[in-house]
Amino acid sequence: MAAADIQLDAHGRLRHFLAIEGLPRELLIRILDNAERFAPVGDRAVKKVPLLRGKTVANLFFEPSTRTRTTFDLAAKRLSADVLNLNIEASSTKKGESLADTLRNLEAMQCDMFVVRHHVSGAADFIARQVAPHISVINGGDGRHEHPTQAMLDAFTIRRLKRRFHDLRIAIVGDVAHSRVARSNIHALRTLGVPDLRVVGPQTLIPPGIAAMGVTVCDDLEEGIAGCDVVIALRLQQERMQSALLPSAHEYFREYGLTAQRLKGAAKDAIVMHPGPINRGVEIDSEVADGAQSVILQQVTFGIAVRMAVMAMAMGSQARIGAS
Amino acid sequence: MLRLRDARVIDPASGHDGIADVWIDGGCIAAVGRAPRGAGKARELSLAGQVLCPGFADPGSHLREPGYEHKATIASEARAAAAGGFTTVCCTPDTQPVLDNPSVIEHITQRAVAAGAAQVVCLGALTVDLDGEVLAEMHALKAAGCVGVTNLGRAIKDTAVLKHALAYAASAELVVFLHPEDYWLARQGNMHEGAVSTRLGVPGIPHAAEVIAVHRDLTLIGETGARAHFCRLSAADSVKPIADARKRGLQVTADVDLAHLCFTVEDIGAFDANFHLRPPLRDARDRAGLRRAVKAGQIEIVGAYHEPHDLDAKAAPFGLTDPGMSTYDCFLPALLALVADGAFDLPSAIAAASTAPHRLLGQPGGTLEVGAPADLCVFDPQARWAVTSASLASAGKNVPYLGETLTGRVTMTLVGGRPAFRR
Repeated sequence: MAAADIQLDAHGRLRHFLAIEGLPRELLIRILDNAERFAPVGDRAVKKVPLLRGKTVANLFFEPSTRTRTTFDLAAKRLSADVLNLNIEASSTKKGESLADTLRNLEAMQCDMFVVRHHVSGAADFIARQVAPHISVINGGDGRHEHPTQAMLDAFTIRRLKRRFHDLRIAIVGDVAHSRVARSNIHALRTLGVPDLRVVGPQTLIPPGIAAMGVTVCDDLEEGIAGCDVVIALRLQQERMQSALLPSAHEYFREYGLTAQRLKGAAKDAIVMHPGPINRGVEIDSEVADGAQSVILQQVTFGIAVRMAVMAMAMGSQARIGAS
Repeated sequence: MLRLRDARVIDPASGHDGIADVWIDGGCIAAVGRAPRGAGKARELSLAGQVLCPGFADPGSHLREPGYEHKATIASEARAAAAGGFTTVCCTPDTQPVLDNPSVIEHITQRAVAAGAAQVVCLGALTVDLDGEVLAEMHALKAAGCVGVTNLGRAIKDTAVLKHALAYAASAELVVFLHPEDYWLARQGNMHEGAVSTRLGVPGIPHAAEVIAVHRDLTLIGETGARAHFCRLSAADSVKPIADARKRGLQVTADVDLAHLCFTVEDIGAFDANFHLRPPLRDARDRAGLRRAVKAGQIEIVGAYHEPHDLDAKAAPFGLTDPGMSTYDCFLPALLALVADGAFDLPSAIAAASTAPHRLLGQPGGTLEVGAPADLCVFDPQARWAVTSASLASAGKNVPYLGETLTGRVTMTLVGGRPAFRR
C-alpha cells in the first residue's frame, strides 16, 4: 500500500529510496551499517571511492535547499559520480513545462539517478512511477510527507552516540504538522525499536491521528522531554504565524523553545538534534544549539555517509560496498 | 411496437419487481406485464436473464464542452452515458465559457441532440463565472431550460451573496444545487483530514468543512424559502441536520456520489490520484453512515458525478492533480457490488439512481408507467468484463478499476424508445 512496494526490487533490495514507511528493519540496519563503512571516506586525504564512476546523478530541486542539496552533491561526488544540479523552481516549471516533460528530458540526457526535492507530498513517489526502469529515485524531501535520508542520518547519529534503540526515550518537538522530517523519523525510530517516542507541541502544530503512527502526543514541553535520551527540535517557519497557527515566535520560544534550563528535565546525557537550518531563539536557544549536548553539526557530517550508502545501495552496488 | 420479453422488470415508481414483458410504442411505455391493444404486430426481443429498469440519471456530469474538449466532448460523454445505462445526464456549468448565460446552453443542447445518445439537461451557474460575487441571470437561464442553478464546489465566501442567491433563486422558482464546503476550512486541503492525511503529509479537509456549511446553508434555506438540493455529501454527520430540516418542512433533498459509498480515504494508498475527489473520500464511519442514509431514504439520490479527465490531469503528485473520477462505465457494476454487499436492495438502488434524480431534475423518465417515455436500461447482472482503457466508453480513463474484472454490464439503453446504446 505504501511506497515500499515500488522502492524494493524482487529480492527486497533498494531500488528507489522514497519513504521510510513500510521498509523492513533489516534494510534500515543495512543502510546504517553501510553508512558506517562510508563514514571514514570523509576523513581521508582523497575523499573518493569509485563506486559510481561513470554514473550521472541529477539533483532535481523543485524547492530551495542548501544543506540537503550540498550533502547529496558531496555524497555523489565522493562516490565518483558525475553530478548535475538543477534548480528547477527557477527554470522549466516557470516556463510552463510539466513535471512529466521535465523528467522525460532528463531521462533523455541519460541520467542514472534522480535526487528529488519537491514542495508537494507524493512527488518522489510520482516520479519513481514515471521514470525508465534503469533510473533510481532518491527522495530529498516531498512536501510534508517524508525526508527519508534525514531520518536515516538521525538514526545513524543516535546509534553512534547511544549505541542502541531498544530502550530509548525520544521526543520530537515543534512543528510536527508541517514536517516531513518528523514523519520519516517516526517511521524510522519506531521500526528500529524505539519504545517511547513522543511528539511535543501545541495542538495547532500536531496533526490529527498521529498517534496511529506509534507516538504519544504531549502539548507541554517539560512533560514531553522528561527523561528523554534524545530531543529532536524541528524548525519553525515564519508562515505558521501568518496562518494563525501560532501567535508569535516570541511566545513559541517561551512555551516550546529548547533552553538549557528545560533540557535539565531530560536524561543527564541527553543529546539534542535538529535537522537545520536552526532558528536561534525560536525553537532552540543558542546556549543549547552550541552546547555540549548538541550534535547538530555531527548530523550534517553523518548525512554525507548516509547519503552515500543510500545512493550506492540504490544503484545496485551493495555487493561491492564491503570490498571498498 | 416493440415487445421486450422475459426480463426481470424493476420499476421503483410502481413497486414492480418480477419477470415481465414490456411493450413500447411511439417512444413511450405502452404496457408492462399485460399486452396492450395491437400488441400482435410487435417486434420481439428476448431479454431472458437480464434486468430491465428505468434509465439512470446523473445530477452532475462534467461534460467538458465547451472549453475542455481535450478531456471529453458532449458527444463522447453522451454516448458513454448511454453505454453506462444513463438516459439523462445533467451538465454542470463549469465549462469555458461558464454556463451563466443562455447562449452556452443552446450550444450544449444542440450538441447533445446531434449525439443522439443520452439526453442532456443543464444546470446554470448561480453566480457569474462561478466567482461567487455577482448573481447570474437566473430567469434567463430558466427560460433557456436550465433545471437548476449551482456554484458547484466553488464555495461562496461571502455569506450575504449566498443568502441573496438563495432568495433570488426562490423567486425564480429554481432549485439550488449546493455543494456544502466551508471555504476557509477546505481551501488548502486535498484529502480528508485524519490519520491518512497525517501519514501522507497531504493537507487535510476536516469533516467540519462540510458539516458547518450544511448548517449554514440550512439556516439560509429556512430564511429564504429556497428549494435546495445538497450534492455529494461526504460526511455522515451531514445527514441528520438535512433530514431534520426536511421534517421541519424545508424543501431540501440530498445526494451522495457512488464513489463515496464504495471507497474511503484509505483507498488513496500511496498517492493514487484516481481517488483524488472533491469533496474528499472520508473514513469508514462516513461511508457506513452514508450507506445507511441511502437505505433509510434520508439520502434519496446516488449520483455518478462523472468527471472525465485527460491523462495529464492525473499525472502529477497527488495535490497537483485535478479531482474527479470518470464514473459512467463502472457505475452499474459498482452499484451492483453495493447491493451484493448488502448496502441496500436492487430496487432501492434503481430508485436512487433513476427515479429520484429524474424527479429532482424535473424530467419525465425514471419510471416505467404507461405513457412515460421509454427511457430505459437493460443490463446483464452476471456479465463479467475486464476494465481496460479500451473497454471504457468515456474519453476519461481516470477510473480506479483499471485492470480489474467487474460483474454487471449494460447491454442496451433506450431513449424515447430508440436504442441509444446496444452492445
